[in-house]
Amino acid sequence: MTRYLKLALIAASALLAVPAQAHRAWLLPSATVLSGNDAWVTVDAAISNDLFYFEHHALQLDNLSVLGPDGKSIAPENLSKGHYRSTFDVKLAQPGTYKLMVVNQGAFASYKVDGQTKRWRGKADDLATAIPANATDVKVSEVQSRIESFVTSGKPTTETLKPTGVGLEMIPVTHPNNLVAGEKATFRLVLDGQPASGVAVEVVPGGIRYRDKLNDSKVTTDESGTFSVTWPGPGFYWMSASVRDDKSKLKDAQRRSSYAATIEVLPQ
Amino acid sequence: MRFLVSAALTTLAVSPSLAAEATISIDIPQLNVAEYHKPYVAVWVEADDGSKITNLAVWYDVKHKDNEGTKWLKDMRQWWRRTGRELTMPVDGLSSPTRAPGTHQIRFDSTARPLSGLTPGKYQLVIEAAREVGGRELLRVPFEWPPKAPVSAEAKGENELGTIALKLAP
Repeated sequence: MTRYLKLALIAASALLAVPAQAHRAWLLPSATVLSGNDAWVTVDAAISNDLFYFEHHALQLDNLSVLGPDGKSIAPENLSKGHYRSTFDVKLAQPGTYKLMVVNQGAFASYKVDGQTKRWRGKADDLATAIPANATDVKVSEVQSRIESFVTSGKPTTETLKPTGVGLEMIPVTHPNNLVAGEKATFRLVLDGQPASGVAVEVVPGGIRYRDKLNDSKVTTDESGTFSVTWPGPGFYWMSASVRDDKSKLKDAQRRSSYAATIEVLPQ
Repeated sequence: MRFLVSAALTTLAVSPSLAAEATISIDIPQLNVAEYHKPYVAVWVEADDGSKITNLAVWYDVKHKDNEGTKWLKDMRQWWRRTGRELTMPVDGLSSPTRAPGTHQIRFDSTARPLSGLTPGKYQLVIEAAREVGGRELLRVPFEWPPKAPVSAEAKGENELGTIALKLAP
């Protein structure tokens, strides 16, 4: 395969993006719009098929972080891991918008040793020592995943909505805690801080257990990475997207970068 | 002299008419429910295009210790989104305690705040009620400001609000 063809195929796969995912990872806050001077949220975190039910795995909270309205990290409280879900609490001590996120980075490798195929998964830093020197057919992919949700006490603010510039991220154009059924909301996807164009975004309403159809909608980002959704009704929604490219910081590796957010749409 | 006096009287009779008056009557229905709490009610005026908001009244649990009654202000969803979240409650002249079932009247004069800030145009009177362990209801009564003739308009609620009446006197 020529290098040109290889690049073309990679580009094509980036455009196809979002392969059918077996499971969905999510954060589910107890409320997203809060008032009063002693506001708290408790958050469920799980990996499941149906949204938003705990039926598969608890989400690991090792890489959980919470950004306060001033952009500084806040320690979540009462972390606990159950069989099907993890939970944590956040005290919303300052008015404004908080970003809850679980950001994972890692690497996958497959290789052959003595004719046998082996698989490895772990931290990118451990990759060099994880693969034996006599391994052949080494295939490495870097994985970045970001799972987010947003909550606001009082007036929505935007300090926490800034991207980090690493991997696939969403920059809200419409504030994510100012969403109302029947209205249109606009968001931008960025990959390493640059517009992520032509990426398919899947939007799935919660409450899957009580209906026969998934009722998901798919939108594709435009040249500036922008996409819009008109909310058919109130409730929690799960939005997700992923891309593959060859821009891994690991040598000869593919990269898969994914983003998912839980957002709440209120009734009119 | 007699002429002068009558002229002065005429002036007196005419000048109050420069001050229009708005009377809003809000009927909070008696509900036959297991657990009843008096509703939170927000009353405001917004320009027909939703642009300009003038708050008239917010009835909430102002007496709750440590101002904890503010926790449920967001349940008046539309009010919260449009203006509530911008305010730090309580606000003098705006907030007052929740009211019991019955008809309540509030009166505003065009020469005093908040109506003094209302420029001529088309508006809607909006009333939103939200009740703890109960429902929520929002009613709108369109009107033109200032009134050229006496106006009487009303809207009727189905669950959380009874009849809302707006009377405007030029």
